Amino acid sequence: MKRDVQQFAKGMAFLSPWTVGFLVFTLVPIGLSFYFSLTKFNLLQPPKFIGMHNYVDLFNDKLFWKATWNTCYYTLMALPAGLLVSLGLALLLNVEMPGRGIWRTIIFMPSLVPIVSCALIWMWLLNPRSGLLNGILQAMGLPRSPWLSDPNWAMPTLALMSVWGVGNSVVIYLAGLQDVPQELYEAAELDGASVLGRVWHVTLPMLSPVIFFNLVMAIIGALQVFEIPYIMTNGGPTHRTYFLSMYLYDNAFIYLQMGYASAMAWIMLLFVLTMTGLAFLVSGRLVHYQGK
Amino acid sequence: MSAIETKSAQTISPQAVRGAAPVKRQPRRKHAHRWAALAAVVLICAGYLLPFIWMLSTSLKRVDQTSTDPPQIIPHPFVPGNFWSVINSKTAHFPLYTRNTLVIAALTVAGTTLSSAVVAYGFAKIRFKGRGFLFAMMLSTMMIPFPVLMLPLFIVFRFIGDHTPIQMLGTFKPLWLPAWFGSAFSIFLLRQFFMTIPDDIGEAARIDGCSEWGIFWRIMLPLSRPALSVVALFSFMWAWNNFLGPLLFLQRPEQYTLALGLQAFQSAQGGTDWNLLMAASLLVMLPVLILFFLAQKTFIRGIATTGLK
Repeated sequence: MKRDVQQFAKGMAFLSPWTVGFLVFTLVPIGLSFYFSLTKFNLLQPPKFIGMHNYVDLFNDKLFWKATWNTCYYTLMALPAGLLVSLGLALLLNVEMPGRGIWRTIIFMPSLVPIVSCALIWMWLLNPRSGLLNGILQAMGLPRSPWLSDPNWAMPTLALMSVWGVGNSVVIYLAGLQDVPQELYEAAELDGASVLGRVWHVTLPMLSPVIFFNLVMAIIGALQVFEIPYIMTNGGPTHRTYFLSMYLYDNAFIYLQMGYASAMAWIMLLFVLTMTGLAFLVSGRLVHYQGK
Repeated sequence: MSAIETKSAQTISPQAVRGAAPVKRQPRRKHAHRWAALAAVVLICAGYLLPFIWMLSTSLKRVDQTSTDPPQIIPHPFVPGNFWSVINSKTAHFPLYTRNTLVIAALTVAGTTLSSAVVAYGFAKIRFKGRGFLFAMMLSTMMIPFPVLMLPLFIVFRFIGDHTPIQMLGTFKPLWLPAWFGSAFSIFLLRQFFMTIPDDIGEAARIDGCSEWGIFWRIMLPLSRPALSVVALFSFMWAWNNFLGPLLFLQRPEQYTLALGLQAFQSAQGGTDWNLLMAASLLVMLPVLILFFLAQKTFIRGIATTGLK
């Protein structure tokens, strides 16, 4: 008994930095934002309690739904594209070939580029008048594209851009591929499976926990998309690339509607919790965990 | 240029060695798709490199050469002076931004590494009631997107500034102070590493009269250099690249970090002098790239481990 208490004290002593940080920088802010979400609060006057009013307003706010749709639309394009490209690249880069390390490095390099640099590079590449991409299109006899300046093109362009930065997931998949037991491939080969068959029946099921982890992180990551549209399009044209995080930022720090923004933050938080919970429920059925 | 090699033996936690016997294969067919794969990879890599090449090329051009039709890859004339113009620019003070970024990054790296190691040791090596619950709690905080927390955090920092003598908003503190309370990601990474170090080592030291802190400080930390360097690298990268944090918490231009300064430079330019903008982007990116090439193995090992476990 006394030993238990001693162990607890010792453990908590080591955990104390995190515990304090968790309270001050996570738990208190989350609690506070719930309280603020029930108030009218503009930072200058003390918060005034108004009940569920912010949530009702949000529900009727066209721009909120637009930002929600934009965030979903982006995710629906960027997520499958990123998954396919990064898996494909990992499979390709797993084949033994000359200079493999160099190819892997090149694919990984874009993930290192600081986000503001990345935004500027792409603004220049996508420049409708003198950007390189339009230059290439024209050289190939294809029509020039307005890219980010056209309402219908802007979001697909951002999703396309995101494929440049898949290097991180490629590395994760490559590491996952090293853990696939060689015997399974041999068995499949003896049974006459083709290359594609081996990928489909051996590699993908064995990689599924990793794929799954990446998917969950990517879905949640969509809520954090801020810098790229903030710098490149500022949400435009006509709010077509206006993400939830940007609307939250504008409400909080431009319009100083802290209560309203807090209600938004809480809806996003509930979404993240639901997604994570759902993901882990589904994972039990779809995802193959080796040896578990 | 060294090369990325991802093998499970290199990931941080030692993996059970699997008996992979050498495989007999039909050599001809194997070679055919090896070459097909190589061709595809070379083509894709060319595409992935293109933005870098174009950035470098533009950064060395005279401004009227940046928008030629058709686009020219080789700059003519060659203007390396662009980099000098960026460093000496009157609209943006990049040397000052570099200093600010380095101060914040250094404090972030030191704080994250030290405090995360302490906490990770508690999670890995001390058995106590409630540990599992707290660990799950910590993992779940990793899922919370920053935009959800940014508003109340801003208010918390404002509150601290109003009610204590410590001013927070408009100083660097909101950017580095939280790092001294551990980051969930780093704690997790270090905990996974500590778990792989056998308990016997600590047990032996304990019998010799070593305190728990002594075991951590004198035995665990020296054994954990590879994992600590992964954490240090990642937190440096994070601090260097962070944009939203400085955007929220810094107010005066002389406090700007490189990320914020680069964006301010772009909006001040209005997107005309692309040669200077590309030179500036390249300069901001360069330290990270150099760091990566110096510590490539550490880097890749870190990503692979945290992605898998």
